[in-house]
Amino acid sequence: MGEEEGRHPTEKVPLEKVNDYAWRIPQYRQAMRVPGMVFSDKDLLSKMQSDRTLQQCANVACLPGIYKYSITLPDGHEGYGFPIGGVAATDYNEGVISPGGVGYDINCGVRLLTTNLSEKDIRPKLVQLTNVIFDNVPSGLGSRRKDFKVTVHDLDRLVTEGVRNVIDQGLGWPEDAEHCEELGCMKNANPDKVSATAKNRGLTQIGTLGSGNHFLEIQKVDKICDSKAAKTFGIDHEGQVTVMIHCGSRGFGHQVCSDYLRVMERAVQRYKIVLPDRELACAPGKSQEAEDYYQAMACAVNYAFVNRQTIMHWVRQSFQQVFKEDAERFGLKLVYDVAHNIAKIEEHKVDGGQRKKVWVHRKGATRAFPAGNPELPPDYSGAGQPVLIPGSMGTSSWLLVGTEKAMEVSFGSTAHGAGRMMSRSAAKRNYRGGDIKKALEQRGIYVRAASAIVLAEEADQAYKNVDVVVDVSDKVGIATKVARFVPIAVVKG
Amino acid sequence: MGRKKRFEFLEHTADAYVAAYGKDLAEAFESAAVAMFDVMTNVAKVNPAVEDRVEVAAEDEYALLYSWLEALLVKSEVNRMLFSKFKILGLDKTSEGFRLQARIWGEKFDPSKHLQKVGVKAVTYHRMEIVKDPDRVTLKFILDI
Repeated sequence: MGEEEGRHPTEKVPLEKVNDYAWRIPQYRQAMRVPGMVFSDKDLLSKMQSDRTLQQCANVACLPGIYKYSITLPDGHEGYGFPIGGVAATDYNEGVISPGGVGYDINCGVRLLTTNLSEKDIRPKLVQLTNVIFDNVPSGLGSRRKDFKVTVHDLDRLVTEGVRNVIDQGLGWPEDAEHCEELGCMKNANPDKVSATAKNRGLTQIGTLGSGNHFLEIQKVDKICDSKAAKTFGIDHEGQVTVMIHCGSRGFGHQVCSDYLRVMERAVQRYKIVLPDRELACAPGKSQEAEDYYQAMACAVNYAFVNRQTIMHWVRQSFQQVFKEDAERFGLKLVYDVAHNIAKIEEHKVDGGQRKKVWVHRKGATRAFPAGNPELPPDYSGAGQPVLIPGSMGTSSWLLVGTEKAMEVSFGSTAHGAGRMMSRSAAKRNYRGGDIKKALEQRGIYVRAASAIVLAEEADQAYKNVDVVVDVSDKVGIATKVARFVPIAVVKG
Repeated sequence: MGRKKRFEFLEHTADAYVAAYGKDLAEAFESAAVAMFDVMTNVAKVNPAVEDRVEVAAEDEYALLYSWLEALLVKSEVNRMLFSKFKILGLDKTSEGFRLQARIWGEKFDPSKHLQKVGVKAVTYHRMEIVKDPDRVTLKFILDI
């Protein structure tokens, strides 16, 4: 499967050094329509050379209609067809759209909340607060809120209307929507393009965190690098308490991806698209298949926005429950909600300086638009778009800001996270959930997890250092550092 | 089984990379299903109390494996069930490809009884292999975590 063409792990992918943080993959294969571009330092690059990341980057460069280069970001690692931590932009008319370029967890993403509390205000009640959040926010296998049930009809409306739908039901504040990418709703969503299976999976999992690398953390600001931008985003002192929520579109999005991979496999035959790997299955941008996928994907994007919105609401309620005062008293304002797995129609400058309408695939990548971009909410227009890059459990997470440079070199995108470097089975052999919990607690980080095994699998030693990934983004200039956070409590599935 | 392990987990950085074995394709498919639920929980503790049926069709054997595991995943999520016992009743070549019918057994997920491991997001075709030796079939596939 996808191996017939001889893309074996040992294949040596040629690299040309552009500078210390950029490496070019020349068009060493005839099928490559553009080169590859890897934004990385030497160490991260050697990690990428240990699996198929760079081959996959070269494979993506073979897609019809691709512009400039196929991009791999510093957190790049081997994924399904496309590497995770990558960006590809294809011509809106002549190019293709591919579900593999978005991934299974459509709009897996992050949102950040600020509070007006400092660590010392929250410490005395931290354990209680974390326990209440753990009870209020369903996580792990099969858990859900008994008071948040939706019918298929409700679900259709919810995925069409996005966060507005649940805000109108009282699950959030009106201003929350403005601080979401796409205002928390992709407008082209059409639930008729989503299978009954996807909807059935979605019904049982709406408003749940899930498991794996998804998490909810109470954090504190540990370092401010750009105080002006930080202030714009509501961060004004070290020690300030924040909350980060990382999750996606659950079974709904996974099924949409799976369903449309099949559709695209047939489309590849039908439109006679030649691909180096079956997993790049795609359809011409103007085809019915592309339109159908884009409308279904938008539903999953909205599902994920709603998922994070409801979870945020229950976090606010938890503060209220524990501190016995209105949530507003503690700030608990949404800084921003960003997608890490998404395809968008955008305009970008391509080779020769022309502006073109393109399909931007961001798979394990964060949009990083600069100040003045019309997609930004008015209050952030002068600063740029907040970019959220979570680290692994127990390590730091980052807030960055989008830049003009990102528009020039990476289709307005940057990295999305740390990326694993140790397998789950190796992590389980090396660590025990109980020990991980104890070690974190010795560092003042309280942990509640549905699964001790997930704790071991998600041990921070199993991940690359997110600080290094962020450093590369900052040095390349495709999103620059604003503030760093460290957790004081972790809720895991 | 006992004589040989039915499945094992191979090294993979981000996800669950499974090798599942059987004396023929049907038995290997059954092992693959056990392996997938072993990613989510300790299968040995899942009582095969409730019976269900699965029927899938696909254009080739790879797609059949994908569809089989996906059908189980969907049933598990939608009905909040865990499954531990699988019996393939028929795995036949048809004019359009392949068809599989199976009986499956399991019980409702109960967090107080069942160990929670990690949720499976999706089955993938990535690095999927079906190797048929004279006395043994090996399946390899990656589950997205």
